[in-house]
Amino acid sequence: MAEIRIAHLHKRFGEFVAVRDTTLTVADGEFFVLLGPSGCGKTTTLRMIAGLELPTSGEIRLAGEDVTFRRARDRDIAFVFQLFALYPHMNVRRNIAFPLLAQGLPRAEVRARVVEAARLLRIEHLLDRPVGGLSGGDRQRVALGRAIVRRPAAFLMDEPLGALDAEFRALMCEELRLLHQRIGATTVYVTHDQLEAMAMADRIAVMDKGVVLQCDRPAEIYHRPRSIFVADFIGSPAMSFLDARPAGPTAARVGEATVAVPRLQEEPPPELVLGIRPEHLRLADSAPLRGVVAGVEYMGARQVVTVDTAAGRARLRCGNEVKVGFGERVGLLPDPTRAILFDRASGRALRSELFAAAGHG
Amino acid sequence: MSPDTARSVVEPGATAKLLAAVLVAAYALVALIPIVWIVLTSFKTPSAAIAYPPSVLFSPSLEGYVNVFTQRTRQTPEYMASLPPPETWYDALVRSRNMVIAGPSRFAERYWNSIIIGFGSTFLAVFLGTLAAYAFSRFRVPLKDDLLFFILSTRMMPPIAVAIPIFLMYRTLGLSDTHLGMILLYTAVNLSLSVWLLKGFMDEIPREYEEAALVDGYSRFQAFLKVVLPQAVTGIAATAIFCLIFAWNEYAFALLLTSGNAQTAPPFIPTIIGEGGLDWPAVAAGTTMFLVPILVFTVLLRRHLLRGITFGAVRK
Ligand SMILES: Nc1ncnc2c1ncn2[C@@H]1O[C@H](COP(=O)(O)OP(=O)(O)O)[C@@H](O)[C@H]1O
Ligand SMILES: [Mg+2]
Repeated sequence: MAEIRIAHLHKRFGEFVAVRDTTLTVADGEFFVLLGPSGCGKTTTLRMIAGLELPTSGEIRLAGEDVTFRRARDRDIAFVFQLFALYPHMNVRRNIAFPLLAQGLPRAEVRARVVEAARLLRIEHLLDRPVGGLSGGDRQRVALGRAIVRRPAAFLMDEPLGALDAEFRALMCEELRLLHQRIGATTVYVTHDQLEAMAMADRIAVMDKGVVLQCDRPAEIYHRPRSIFVADFIGSPAMSFLDARPAGPTAARVGEATVAVPRLQEEPPPELVLGIRPEHLRLADSAPLRGVVAGVEYMGARQVVTVDTAAGRARLRCGNEVKVGFGERVGLLPDPTRAILFDRASGRALRSELFAAAGHG
Repeated sequence: MSPDTARSVVEPGATAKLLAAVLVAAYALVALIPIVWIVLTSFKTPSAAIAYPPSVLFSPSLEGYVNVFTQRTRQTPEYMASLPPPETWYDALVRSRNMVIAGPSRFAERYWNSIIIGFGSTFLAVFLGTLAAYAFSRFRVPLKDDLLFFILSTRMMPPIAVAIPIFLMYRTLGLSDTHLGMILLYTAVNLSLSVWLLKGFMDEIPREYEEAALVDGYSRFQAFLKVVLPQAVTGIAATAIFCLIFAWNEYAFALLLTSGNAQTAPPFIPTIIGEGGLDWPAVAAGTTMFLVPILVFTVLLRRHLLRGITFGAVRK
């Protein structure tokens, strides 16, 4: 069990910077998710923590020890690869036992620990099977077995559910989370799927182009994104973004309408974007912000309504009892405590009361 | 459409299958006839071997095999009569031709040379090739592409084109007519094939396997031994067969560089013809036995060979 500290980590491949000046701390026992679009440097970061890639500069500490340039095998870390990397020439039992054999444990203990890991993952019945014929989920479990059998200081997982089909992914998500609760080992989990990240993480770091944009608890990231990129990347359906101009410390002009926002704590720039989550936007006949319904998607008890306004397209989520039809003119009312104003030029969220309340839900 | 006229889109039709079978059979026939001929001849008597029209049904004789392993001298009938009765079946066989066995021929020795040099150079070429291929496949080697091209370029002319320089070099170094010299030579020739073939196989093995072993507590070399090698077996087997076939069959360098000591079977077998008339069964017997090791080796590795030759195409 260990804390992972990364300081000013930098990785260049030739001229290309894959990871830029990254500083993170993963607390002992935490389930930490690195989230970002493909190619943003998640795998590279993880590989540097594992010792499979050496950083160009920066420092990595594991349980307080500087391991930046230490060999992978001396770091006491387990890595679950995207495609599992189960050794095809060994059966399940030998795959799981493989890390223990490196430590030269006595045979009896190896046997016992393999069985223990297999029992935890409910794959005891597969132990003597070749890995070739296993289903995706079982391969995943064997890969996890190979990781947990060693009782390492930390687990690193690179999109471990990426190769599974959607139905299975939800199930494995839950299993992984339960496993983490039982073992309690520090885990760094890489994914590009924000739903996975939201479902599992204690904390999420959102990355883009080699930079960590925001690192926070899932609810914070969801409700208080610090930039348009993070706001847009998290949440489904996505946050709506409407063109806006400043209108005093507690409002913004969106088209012809004035919309109330949490009190700003800085001087707004002239060009703004108003961001609002679908569940924080209501249909209200009297609201000054007007638009035309461009689509209605029924999703069981709820529905998602798409409305075109003069300032851009907005989506809102509401109950099925609200009846709206395509082409209908409607009024939109954003929740004044939840709206976020961004600087259009930099994409940065303006400081406001919403952010000052950070950490209080 | 009735069921028996329904045709699968991917499955070849009956006519196509028949045609393919006929073509394969015809090719097999053409390829096998000379070999069958040689094997049959090896069991004929010298006179039956040159009979015209050739006999297909004949009573088999081991005379060819006896002759290839022995040196014999022709004797007068008086001398033959003075001998005690023959002790072995091959003594008897030779005496029936009015000859006695003067001693063993050098065939066994040449055959043994072929085995040492053929397998020795194959082992070396595959061993060095595996290590080099792994390095080229996994590490950042300076001038990698140039080096690989340079390695390949050694095969851009027939090796025999440099026969004279090699001959002179070997004479100066004292490598002429030595096992070591021939092993080194065949290794050098095979190495480019071996490196290139094996690099292809190594590239196909995902790096994640070794990386998994590296984080799981193994050194790079252990990971190579325990994870990479077992998965490269197919490629190694295929490469070994190609290397062995070259070294085993090589004639020109063997003729040029070896004589008394390290001569291999290929330059030796034709010299059998010269000893005491045209002894075709002996030549055929020598050739038949010469085919055996490579046949056994290939059959043993056949499973790998099939998968190896189609590498890349059907990797599971
Ligand atoms: N060994 C390498 N050499 C050159 N570029 C690399 C190498 N590894 C990764 N990259 C580049 O670094 C960027 C980040 O890669 P990666 O960390 O794998 O992204 P992610 O896992 O977030 O999808 C990508 O643009 C990729 O092309
Ligand atoms: Mg990746």
